Amino acid sequence: MPEIDTLLSVENLSTHFFTQQGVVRAVQDVSFSVKKSRTFAVVGESGCGKSITALSIMRLVPEPQGKIVAGKINFSGRNLLDLSEKRMRAIRGNRIAMIFQEPMTSLNPVFTVGYQIEEAIRLHQHKSKSDARDLAIQALQHVRISDPKRRIKEYPHQMSGGMRQRVMIAMAISCEPELLIADEPTTALDVTIQAQILDLLDQLQKQSQMSVLLITHNLGIVAERAQDVAVMYASRIAELSDCKSLFDNPLHPYTQGLLKSLPRLGFTGKRLYTIPGIVPEPLRFPAGCKFHPRCPIGCNDKRCQTVEPQLRQISDGLPRRSEAETGRAVACWFAPGYERPDDPK
Amino acid sequence: MGAYIIRRLLYTIPIVFGVLLLTFILFTVVGGDISFEIAGKNASPETIKEIREEYGFNKPLFLAWDSQLVRHFKDALTFDFGRALDREPVIDKIKRGVGPSLSLTIPIFFGEVIISVSIALVIAFLRGRIWDILAVILCIAGMSIPYLSFILFGQYFLAYKLRLFPVFFSPDLSVPQYVALPVLIGIVTGLGGSVRFYRTVMLDEMRADYVRTAFAKGLDVKSVLFKHVLKNAMIPILTQVVLAIPFLFLGSLLLERFFGIPGVGYLMVEAIGSRDYFVINAMTYISAILFVIFNLITDVCYALVDPRITLD
Repeated sequence: MPEIDTLLSVENLSTHFFTQQGVVRAVQDVSFSVKKSRTFAVVGESGCGKSITALSIMRLVPEPQGKIVAGKINFSGRNLLDLSEKRMRAIRGNRIAMIFQEPMTSLNPVFTVGYQIEEAIRLHQHKSKSDARDLAIQALQHVRISDPKRRIKEYPHQMSGGMRQRVMIAMAISCEPELLIADEPTTALDVTIQAQILDLLDQLQKQSQMSVLLITHNLGIVAERAQDVAVMYASRIAELSDCKSLFDNPLHPYTQGLLKSLPRLGFTGKRLYTIPGIVPEPLRFPAGCKFHPRCPIGCNDKRCQTVEPQLRQISDGLPRRSEAETGRAVACWFAPGYERPDDPK
Repeated sequence: MGAYIIRRLLYTIPIVFGVLLLTFILFTVVGGDISFEIAGKNASPETIKEIREEYGFNKPLFLAWDSQLVRHFKDALTFDFGRALDREPVIDKIKRGVGPSLSLTIPIFFGEVIISVSIALVIAFLRGRIWDILAVILCIAGMSIPYLSFILFGQYFLAYKLRLFPVFFSPDLSVPQYVALPVLIGIVTGLGGSVRFYRTVMLDEMRADYVRTAFAKGLDVKSVLFKHVLKNAMIPILTQVVLAIPFLFLGSLLLERFFGIPGVGYLMVEAIGSRDYFVINAMTYISAILFVIFNLITDVCYALVDPRITLD
């Protein structure tokens, strides 16, 4: 079966923060791969490690506390973790670009937006000042900012939040990256602007064939925009799937809980479902499966309480709908089809 | 901008009047009659009486057209500071002192700003690592050691024992020769406090989201620090720096005194020692005026470095 080319594959990535209170295992043994010109979503609650995963790919984990302690990040044939800082800089903003959650503060307030876009262009494409300006104006046109010639001389504070996020996107796509990491790109924006920004990302992706790694906590966005998805819980991937299968047939009890807690059309109950309990603190992760204290299935199971299930490929018994579909993987002892080679029973 | 500057200049009028009123109350009402200092020791009652008439000390304090208060204001506004106790016009004394003072304070000022901002940028970037911790410890040590010990150490070891510098000012020395050691001491003593201050400023900036964006763009550390961070840190730096400029004209009281540099600081210490009302009064007034002016300059500079600030 021909596979779609993989652009980025993250293998067993672990990123830890060494703080005075102890070691925070922010990302543990995370593996996934992003296919060419597709959107891969990483979804999870705040603090589950999804943003740190993204920063690890960019090698921008805040040092010296944060460190990538294990794993590989293969990007078009090379392990990014092996590159020198200088060669990594040539990739950042050029072949892998990133946009952030906070459009209000992510732009430098004392430089014009034009300067900030040109800076990336001049750095990676070695263009002259006036060529860079033309390209920056083009980039602003691409992100549908009207009157770009005037806007380019403005400062971020003269723009609205949606506009600033467009500028961020213009900056990110100005060097035509192969991978765009969008870390909660619409969380700080209101709903109508959210849709506009996501539509814009879709269009840009279609035009340029770039892949998007979309970090979000919003399952609605995942359902609409992504082809593949990883659900993260407490620093690990709980479930890895193509988007459709995940929503049709969630395998991990956490995913099931998340989907149950979404409001649906025709929902008549008084209250939405909530997953009981709270996300564990990274310094006090429970033993065994980190989800077991909140899990409706495994909370009393001995194995769930003691042995942490690894993410494993499973077959859900259903025929694949298309070649593009990824195999599913899940980290739950009770998931159907989860192999249990070390089953104590 | 023009309108703003004019408005701010108008605000200075009540400030200057307040300063004049305060100095009048302190020096004349609280400080009392200075005829005895002017007359010197063993003066006869007649001399005292003459002096009182000459200087107008016999006039009413407040409520009269020719009162001492009115005269105090008139002299100040016409920059007529009178004569010092040695009969030399105060303004000449100050003019003579400004040169040596500035040759001492300007190198200290620029040296300290450039060195401490650079150190602060670097250690703020290395926050939490050994170099940062070491630098902060050194800063606190530098701040805790009294100023005088630096002067004494410098004069005894560097100048007297090692003969690297002259110990004391003498008229036949060139300017770089006699200011070298005091400038060095001035920079070293100031470094602790200012590195710590700028480090805090830079740390605030480095946590900002735009720094992450700049790195994500692929910029190197040098461009991020010296372009993106520094320009944002300019506001607190400017406040600190521009407001320090008026003090350059006032010289350094301790350094000038200990190294015998005949600057304005030296003049001031002498004047306080001999209760030379005229010199102290003039210096207080001039510093107040300079301070007000440079405050205004600071505000104008804000608008120049930060596009979010407009003055109108």
